[in-house]
Amino acid sequence: MGKTIFEKIWDEHVIVKREDGDALLYIDRHMTHDLHFRAFGALKAEGMPIKEPDKLFGVPDHSVPTTAKTVDEIPPGEMREAVEVLAAAADELGFTHYSMTDERHGIVHVVGPEQGITLPGLTLVCGDSHTSTHGALGCISFGIGSTEVGHVLATQTLWQRKPKQMRIDVTGNLGFGVSGKDVILAIIRKIKAAGGSGHAIEFAGSAIEAMSMEGRMTVCNMSIEAGARSGIISPDEKAIKYCQGRSYAPTGAEWDKAVAYWLTLPSDPDAVYDKKVTLDGSVIAPMVTWGNSPQWAVSVDEMIPDPATENDPLVRADMEAALDYMDLKPGMAISDIKVDTVFIGACTNSRIEDMRAAAAVVRGRRAQVRTLIVPGSGIVKKEAEAEGLDKIFTDAGMEWREPGCSMCVAMNGDILAPGQRSASTSNRNFRGRQGLGSRTHLVSPAMAAAASVTGYFTDVRKLVKAS
Amino acid sequence: MEPFKTFSSIAVPIDIPNCDTDQIIPARFLRRGNNDPEYPRFLFHDLRFNHDGSEKNFVYNQFPYCGGRIIVADINWGCGSSRENAVTALDANDIRSVIAPSIADIHYNNCIKNGVLPIRLAEEVCTKLRQQLREYPGSEVAIDLYAQIVTGPDEITYSFEIDSFDKHRLLSGLDDVSITLEFEGTIEAFRANYHRRHSWAAWG
Repeated sequence: MGKTIFEKIWDEHVIVKREDGDALLYIDRHMTHDLHFRAFGALKAEGMPIKEPDKLFGVPDHSVPTTAKTVDEIPPGEMREAVEVLAAAADELGFTHYSMTDERHGIVHVVGPEQGITLPGLTLVCGDSHTSTHGALGCISFGIGSTEVGHVLATQTLWQRKPKQMRIDVTGNLGFGVSGKDVILAIIRKIKAAGGSGHAIEFAGSAIEAMSMEGRMTVCNMSIEAGARSGIISPDEKAIKYCQGRSYAPTGAEWDKAVAYWLTLPSDPDAVYDKKVTLDGSVIAPMVTWGNSPQWAVSVDEMIPDPATENDPLVRADMEAALDYMDLKPGMAISDIKVDTVFIGACTNSRIEDMRAAAAVVRGRRAQVRTLIVPGSGIVKKEAEAEGLDKIFTDAGMEWREPGCSMCVAMNGDILAPGQRSASTSNRNFRGRQGLGSRTHLVSPAMAAAASVTGYFTDVRKLVKAS
Repeated sequence: MEPFKTFSSIAVPIDIPNCDTDQIIPARFLRRGNNDPEYPRFLFHDLRFNHDGSEKNFVYNQFPYCGGRIIVADINWGCGSSRENAVTALDANDIRSVIAPSIADIHYNNCIKNGVLPIRLAEEVCTKLRQQLREYPGSEVAIDLYAQIVTGPDEITYSFEIDSFDKHRLLSGLDDVSITLEFEGTIEAFRANYHRRHSWAAWG
């Protein structure tokens, strides 16, 4: 019987297998950010060292103001303290840390792949649910809680149950103006927010194969929004080329050895899956969410659904509560919804391709509403500036900021006022996610840019012509 | 971690499908210390309190539910962010178990690691339990982890599944690091062998 890529990597990392199915896994890479002071504090209190400090990488992202270039520019208080505590832990415990002044600084899930910390065939964990992002390179990656962070620090291992295997094929070719973000929103709409619960999702099919690495990272990023801790895509030539030459990627003979191994990883044709789903990529349109779960997504040319047509009374009540919170009415056209703020950034959509997609829409137009553009790392920022993208944004009246999580989690001062509505390239539209009483609509970078320059949700395919 | 014991308590019905961890504890409280005396208030904070701090009409604010130590929830409880603070907020209110049709994977693990018992029961059972708890406020649910049985307010019993390792963790109160350190020799041997096979992944 064949194996899935997930099973191949899993089996290679099992140290101990208990009769009841739990396995002790070896962890190749551990990434951390500024919200794990508890785990470092606990380790210190126990007087324990980090087992393999060379496998740990820390970067402050949740708490960094996107208007500050250095720690000294953060006003005294919780945010600054969180950033300082991580830096002090790195100094004391001896792990790699990218401070705010380092150009490699950024959002942990942008930095990992960018530096070659993330590679095919590895196990990678981080105390952050969007760790699923890294699976786009063909590794097992998943988010863990603080206690598990402490366990990895102390032992470089984790006890896990093997998740069930789910495969999602996206067939056909994506249309113009349709990106990885629209694909993953269409998937979550179909399988729902708990559809991948207990599973690792493998994404495959011609639309995934044709997608850039950035697009694949966007898809895997939101696996967690479908309930799955892990998303994974079999590495191909594109993935291998992406890794080559990155700071922590192997070189010379070690590189050849790694590539030879990576090419054995793709799922076998006779691999067995617990669940299989297929979507036709050619019919996916730009998506916009309207409720407080990413599953409440529709195409930009659709209308707000009517809860009265829903048979399940609990789902109906949930839809009604969401419409009330979002201040929307059934039957309203998506294109009639006016936005107050546009946010382009987050570990979902802050890579260079996302910046280019937004700039292509903004070029020659002006922002109609407050618009924040937050690159995912210093490297992305530098690259975008070299291409003149920052100028396109600032000429349009948009704000070009320093890297960080920013308004995705609203812990750094970038927040919406109560009742304000955003078009956001982040991954969660939960109540209060972007500030108390905030109303979030999730969209792609191109759709966010279109909302900025028109002030309403606008079908980007009508605004920009295919070249 | 305290070993988990059989107990019964008033249970709180939370009728929110996909109740994400941002609802359980908003992000702006994540930098607070575990021992912050305000922690109990962080649980469901924005569902419980208005901007001015006054109470909303939310079930956990109401007597006798506010004394409940068991939550009965809807599908996909604890989805979203991996924040373990969500369990800290449950713990700060002495909530020892959450019963739901489905519980998000990361949150489920976080519960286990902190001695809070996550129980998955069928959707229709959870719907019925929540209805009973609403109709008869203050009615109790009993949980026997050893026998893997939940007893509803009407004395009807439901058995639940739990991984035997997780059950052992909860009943013994052992933390994972102490369990893992028993395998230290095996881990070292694995590491050496693994890094020989995959030297490209080892560096150092």
